[in-house]
Amino acid sequence: HLFIHSISIFQAVLIILHLSPFGSLLFSPFSSHLSSSSPIPHRERESFDSESLLSPFPQISSSGGISAMDRSPKRRSISPDDATRFPDEVLERVLALLDSPKDRSAVSLVCRDWYSAESWSRRHVFIGNCYSVSPEIVARRFPRIRSVTLKGKPRFSDFNLVPDNWGADVHSWLLVFASEYPFLEELRLKRMRVTDESLEFLALNFPNFRALSLLSCDGFSTGGLASVATHCKNLTELDIQENGIDDFGGEWLSCFPDNFNTLEVLNFSHLNTDVNPDVLERLVSRCRSLKVLKVNRSISLDCLQRLLVSAPQLTELGAGSFSQELTPRQHADLEHAFGLCKNLSVLTGLWEATAMNLSAVYPACSRLSFLNLSYTALQSQELASLLPHCPCLRRLWVLDSVGDKGLEAVGANCPSLEEIRVFPADPFDEDMINAVTESGIVAVSQGCPKLHYILYFCRQMTNAAVATVVRNCPDFTHFRLCIMNPGQPDHTTNQPMDEAFGSVVKTCKKLQRLSVSGLLTDLTFKYIGKYAKNMETLSVAFAGSSDLGMQYVMEGCSKLRKLEIRDCPFGNAALLSGLEKYESMRSLWMSACNVTMNGCRVLAREMPRLNVEVMKEEGSDDCKADKVYVYRTVAGPRRDAPPSVLTVSSL
Amino acid sequence: MEGGVAYEQGLNLKATELTLGLPGTGETEGQGGVRNNNKRPMPTSETNEEESQALKAADRGSTAPAAKLCRAQIVGWPPIRSYRKNSLQEKKDSEGEASGMYVKVSMDGAPYLRKIDLKVYRGYPELLKALEAMFKFAAGVYSEREGYKGSEYVPTYEDKDGDWMLVGDVPWDMFMSSCKRLRIMKGSEARGLGCGV
Repeated sequence: HLFIHSISIFQAVLIILHLSPFGSLLFSPFSSHLSSSSPIPHRERESFDSESLLSPFPQISSSGGISAMDRSPKRRSISPDDATRFPDEVLERVLALLDSPKDRSAVSLVCRDWYSAESWSRRHVFIGNCYSVSPEIVARRFPRIRSVTLKGKPRFSDFNLVPDNWGADVHSWLLVFASEYPFLEELRLKRMRVTDESLEFLALNFPNFRALSLLSCDGFSTGGLASVATHCKNLTELDIQENGIDDFGGEWLSCFPDNFNTLEVLNFSHLNTDVNPDVLERLVSRCRSLKVLKVNRSISLDCLQRLLVSAPQLTELGAGSFSQELTPRQHADLEHAFGLCKNLSVLTGLWEATAMNLSAVYPACSRLSFLNLSYTALQSQELASLLPHCPCLRRLWVLDSVGDKGLEAVGANCPSLEEIRVFPADPFDEDMINAVTESGIVAVSQGCPKLHYILYFCRQMTNAAVATVVRNCPDFTHFRLCIMNPGQPDHTTNQPMDEAFGSVVKTCKKLQRLSVSGLLTDLTFKYIGKYAKNMETLSVAFAGSSDLGMQYVMEGCSKLRKLEIRDCPFGNAALLSGLEKYESMRSLWMSACNVTMNGCRVLAREMPRLNVEVMKEEGSDDCKADKVYVYRTVAGPRRDAPPSVLTVSSL
Repeated sequence: MEGGVAYEQGLNLKATELTLGLPGTGETEGQGGVRNNNKRPMPTSETNEEESQALKAADRGSTAPAAKLCRAQIVGWPPIRSYRKNSLQEKKDSEGEASGMYVKVSMDGAPYLRKIDLKVYRGYPELLKALEAMFKFAAGVYSEREGYKGSEYVPTYEDKDGDWMLVGDVPWDMFMSSCKRLRIMKGSEARGLGCGV
């Protein structure tokens, strides 16, 4: 057959195309990553698919070279007199090797043939806002999709700022997929509404269905999971994370047929009720390809020990409850079981782990790259004892119970650390004891020069400390600082925290995501607009002094895609300063600001390809726009909005 | 023992007082930490409307806005996912039973709260001694009829029903099981409580 080595054909194509006028177009965006089989982690899939969905096909004038541009985009267009043309099938096979959505978007803009070949060869589509496009448009644009990632509600719905019945129901998508993508294999949903009816529909209508991932979704129950377990014969992945669901018990796990053995990923860590440990053990022992297992708290340490013995090949483990008192014999057995797991790179769960029990995991930690200790309020000494066993640690999540001393231990023991997240053990407690302070974050930065991702909840911070942190670690891509008292100044100088974030944006040229907090004036935003040229996501709360603040951002941040603002003194002038910008962004959220309905109407009138939606609070006066959600769309206004969500038209 | 602790006079405790009101509205109130004279002092959770109004007013007008609002339970703040809050809450509940009975102690005028473990004390005298040492005040002499005499400071606690009670009125064991938190009141409000209102 023609394709013994697809890669070399591609290289041949590259050589030929290099000679064509379009060669230069192709070479810059293409990555050298040609493998199409390795899965791309969620975070790295960027939303450029949406861009190619949204931009109408540009008119490219034929300036020589590939003559097929003059033809209408037919499925097969072979010109016998054009020796440089490749048949569509070849082009498709070559383009199929491209994974990166950015590359694919670039490819689709080259010419009609490439547009057509790329759309036929695309297997995965990422839709960052389910209302930006309709399922019909997606199906027309990409006829042969096998894997869909869909995101729904605005992120602030995680914090109860979005009404329950807001929308983002997946069902209408499934109906279209059933007819257009009957061979759909993977569905990954985030912040969508998913009912049991939808899950059953999914399980019954897609015979090749393999991977289901539900993150922060709501609307379903364990009954829906039972449908999936019962009917999806080829399921390899069932990943149910952090969802608001009705948990009616663990019988769903028993719905996997006795001869079912294809599971590779099973995550039910946030379900609350008991599953039958025997059923789980039998399932795990017959799924020899199982790589990821994350159990819930109902699984005892005895059961966990047996699971590990039967599945030492695991690469990711979410342990259950870790507080059970163990006899020395049980502890030794558990430690031995962990010792069998030579391939563990991710360890999470460990609910309420005691220091004694934690020591059982040491033998499995030598290759650990991600350790999630945020479900147990460890003290500093316990963390300090654990960390020396994890020399390869790249990502660490902890609770602030470890204190500054615990973070010093992190700095001392984790030279490869790239990401740290410190969550508050007691977020509503305003005591000053047992929390982390600016010293902790500085200590981590001193010991971990590769740090590029931080999420830090604290009760006090100083400008000087933040400046030190970014001086030590200038490569931050994600800097999320949450000083938990709104509007709190630098506690040593009583100054606003403007200079802190100024130092972040001035020093960290690669910054993609920023969350600000503390007492902030417009100066912070002036800095952001001036220096944060790669920033794509910005989260602001209780900050700023005037409309100028938001204006600086809208005018200066050329790569901004997501902006979420709450409780800031930004009004209509600020909202409208972004007029030119919103179509190049995924969305804007503004709640409890000073925007009025009139401002929204002006925006809607000037920018007809945006949906401008307002959620009114009970009892607020008629002209206030309490919560505003603005997003670009080619699908027009929503038809499924509940009464509390008004789509603002220019009327 | 004379009431009125000397150390208070050198520190402008009133300026660092945390309240829910706008800056500048506290000037004409009487002494003590109470903003609303007839209501339970310093509630930790107000209605959403009051919060949001206070928040909006603070956002619009003042130069030092939200520092005063840190005691309010603002919707969706701090930005933590609910699954994380739920697992923390369950841990808190179980922690209370197992290892000590920690309650918060606040004193009118002091910027920081403290936390103490009630299980450590065997009775009221020990508890009061500890509080006096912690906050540097003198509580006065307790009598069932007249409450605490001879001091501006009165130790009170909030019980399970949400009522503010005088420390010492109920038997120690009952106090241990019903006390949710302690507050050392100061001034006229305290005296009102002491008279068995």
